Amino acid sequence: MSDTRAPATAGAIWGDESERRSALDPRQLPDTRHEFTVVGGEWQNLPDAVDDDLMVINMGPQHPSTHGVLRMVLTLDGEIVVDNRPVIGYLHTGIEKNAEYRPWTHSVTFVTRMDYLSPLFNELAYCLAVEKLLGISDDVPERASALRVLLCELNRIASHLVWLATGGLELGSVSAMIYGFREREGILDILEHVTGLRMNHAYFRPGGVSQDVPMDFRERVEVLLTEMPRRIDEFEALLSENPIWVERNTGVGILTREQCFDLGVTGPVLRSAGVAHDLRKAAPYCGIEQYDFDVPTTDTCDAFGRYTIRIQEMRESLKIVRQVLDTLPGGPVMVADPKIAWPAQLALGPDGIGNAKEYIGKIMGQSMEALIHHFKLVTEGFTVPEGQVYVPVESPRGELGYHVTSSGTNKPYRVHVRDPSFIHIGVLPVMSRGLLIADIIAAVASLDPVMGGVDR
Amino acid sequence: MDWLDVLIIVAVAVGAFALWLVGTALLIWGERRVVAKMQSRVGPNRLGPAGLMQTLADGAKLFFKEDIAPANADRWVYLAAPMVSAVVALVTFAVIPYGGTFTIGDRQISLQVWDPDVGLLWVLAMGSIGVYGIVLAGWSSGSKYPLLGGVRSSAQMISYELAMGLAVAAVFIYTGSLRASDIVANQAGTLFGPIPAWHVIPMAPAFVLFFISAVAETQRPPFDLPEAEGELVGGFNTEYSGAKFAMIFLAEFMNVITMSAVLVTMFLGGPNGPLFGPDIVRAVLPTIYFVVKVGIFLFVFIWLRATLPRLRYDRLMDLGWKVMLPFALLWVMATGFSVVLRETTERATVIRAAAIGAAVAAVLFFLAPLFSRRASEPGGGGGDGGARPLDDPRPGGEALPERAGDRPSTDRPTEEVGV
Repeated sequence: MSDTRAPATAGAIWGDESERRSALDPRQLPDTRHEFTVVGGEWQNLPDAVDDDLMVINMGPQHPSTHGVLRMVLTLDGEIVVDNRPVIGYLHTGIEKNAEYRPWTHSVTFVTRMDYLSPLFNELAYCLAVEKLLGISDDVPERASALRVLLCELNRIASHLVWLATGGLELGSVSAMIYGFREREGILDILEHVTGLRMNHAYFRPGGVSQDVPMDFRERVEVLLTEMPRRIDEFEALLSENPIWVERNTGVGILTREQCFDLGVTGPVLRSAGVAHDLRKAAPYCGIEQYDFDVPTTDTCDAFGRYTIRIQEMRESLKIVRQVLDTLPGGPVMVADPKIAWPAQLALGPDGIGNAKEYIGKIMGQSMEALIHHFKLVTEGFTVPEGQVYVPVESPRGELGYHVTSSGTNKPYRVHVRDPSFIHIGVLPVMSRGLLIADIIAAVASLDPVMGGVDR
Repeated sequence: MDWLDVLIIVAVAVGAFALWLVGTALLIWGERRVVAKMQSRVGPNRLGPAGLMQTLADGAKLFFKEDIAPANADRWVYLAAPMVSAVVALVTFAVIPYGGTFTIGDRQISLQVWDPDVGLLWVLAMGSIGVYGIVLAGWSSGSKYPLLGGVRSSAQMISYELAMGLAVAAVFIYTGSLRASDIVANQAGTLFGPIPAWHVIPMAPAFVLFFISAVAETQRPPFDLPEAEGELVGGFNTEYSGAKFAMIFLAEFMNVITMSAVLVTMFLGGPNGPLFGPDIVRAVLPTIYFVVKVGIFLFVFIWLRATLPRLRYDRLMDLGWKVMLPFALLWVMATGFSVVLRETTERATVIRAAAIGAAVAAVLFFLAPLFSRRASEPGGGGGDGGARPLDDPRPGGEALPERAGDRPSTDRPTEEVGV
């Protein structure tokens, strides 16, 4: 993403004052005003436009098909894309920075808002990283790990359904959009039932999950497991054999295996190049290695391959959910250490999760020590030993890695996220040269970027 | 001609206008309801019975909105373009017979606004002018997305007009007249048994060609590339708002109705159908038949929209020029040939010639695969992947030799993780 044509003197701008004054002579600096800003005037200067035959067009940040606020500065020759410069930053939230000012546990509510279509994966990776720093990775109860795997796989299906819905809409298939969001609703209902929120759950906490699942959790997931395969079949009936859909996606957005390796591409995009790389197999977490599932691949390297892979991944995720549900162990869902486990007993209220009434009664009316403990842990949190870890998980979009550094205090020193969407946006210039405008839409859709994750 | 004649002409014109305008309003409502049903939604259901008044409310809202024109726009063209679209859709409808002929007193009334000799050529001519509405809208907006939409639409409409014109020409040759009323009259009665003599049966290929072209001409999905909201935001109508946008929006649906009406007139016998009952019923029935037939096509238009993704622009042109046009040319020639044959040759001779021709074709059909297989054997050593060009960047093709012996690299990323 860094602009290689930046002026050679750019480094000097941040140097000492005297050097800066000489380097900042605007006449010596190359003209970079138009690098990322498309200014008006092309239209009136018609002779210029005719001479160079190229048109610069601004796709986004307000465009129906750029997955939120991605902006692409396209240089067009007719309808053929000569150059594509993605511009990001329109959804910058400062979440990474904010995390440095909050106790360790609080950051869960931040990171879940990054890649808002796969919130649980963000929570999972963050919690795994904190647990690793604390050295309690092996103490996390089995039930908590199993629940994490189960809910994450449900989340993966929901995320793929949104991809299918928005991708379908962008290629003009309005029904695919409605169907996708409809099926996703069933999953969000379950997540809401468990965590109290449809998105941005803050359900995983360092040390486990915030509370156990409700009594009828199993029945609801059972219903979903019987319904969902039929719904996925419906999608396949609508799109897989549809000649227009096949034609729009085949041979579009090609990334070869070598390009994928060079550019750090992961997830379904990498698997569409025939590489069976999945972190659930390569670096298993939360005991996911005990479940039986396949990693679908194709060697078409194009958008259609990514479509088939995502469809198959939904089926594989259902397989995992089935197995977790059958072998769900009992027991606690949080580490036993009272210095780490959130002190409150939580209960699901009408407006989400909150403190249980009995617990409030206890700390406010009966036990002063319990109140002090609660107060200290909630306001100050726990300290984490010095060190840094990198923990990747396989999010629906690829490798989602959390690089967390602790300076031994009650707050992270730095939380850096390797978000797959961000990496994939960087691939766009390579991917889109020579495509038509319509193909750009299909190519971007096949990468499935989520701008919340890109801008953080 | 006395004042009564004038009155009748005005009444017929007003009737056509009302049918067409009410049809447009109902179509917009119907499209939203039907697509909603297909997508398991509800659709507009608040205003009036079953949401029928929704279109009226939306239209009223649009007409009272602020009239905004971009600073770069060419003001007059920008203003005129939506009107061109709407007016063209309306005047095309004038030559469509939307009901039967009946007698009141000693006067014969035909439910058709205008029945010129050039008949359906008028439809083609107006269709060509209709291009201007969209091209000018795209060009005059002074903005890039509309320009792309406008350019797309001009290329698309001209391409498909060829196939459409040839499909219409086949019908003209078959009927021997351009006049809409003659074409309808030619479809009266039955072909054999209870099958009506509608052109859709003898002219089935022309019907298919015309229908596909009609979808492309009206820029409905899956050929809605000029407005392709997924790619060009709104295409030629991106910069339009308020009353002008309402005109463009209505014009699209008006065109759909007009095209369906032309389809019905040319291929489904127009207002033809079994007549029975007292005179008043006989007078009304043809209009009902006409409306029902048009309704069927409108439903198909909506159905297409709910089902199909959008075509890519170059594929659309390929379809128009490489598939539709040659096929239409062939069909026109075949039609002309058969018409000449019918008029000049004995029936028995034709049947004998056809039988010999069919026999030769059958023999060729069975023999051809033998020869083609033998011919392809020496060169086609590539097996299944042989069709892929050598410079294909995808792995799996033979252009990438490292593909087979590259197994270790699939494990490379796994070594990097788990720090």
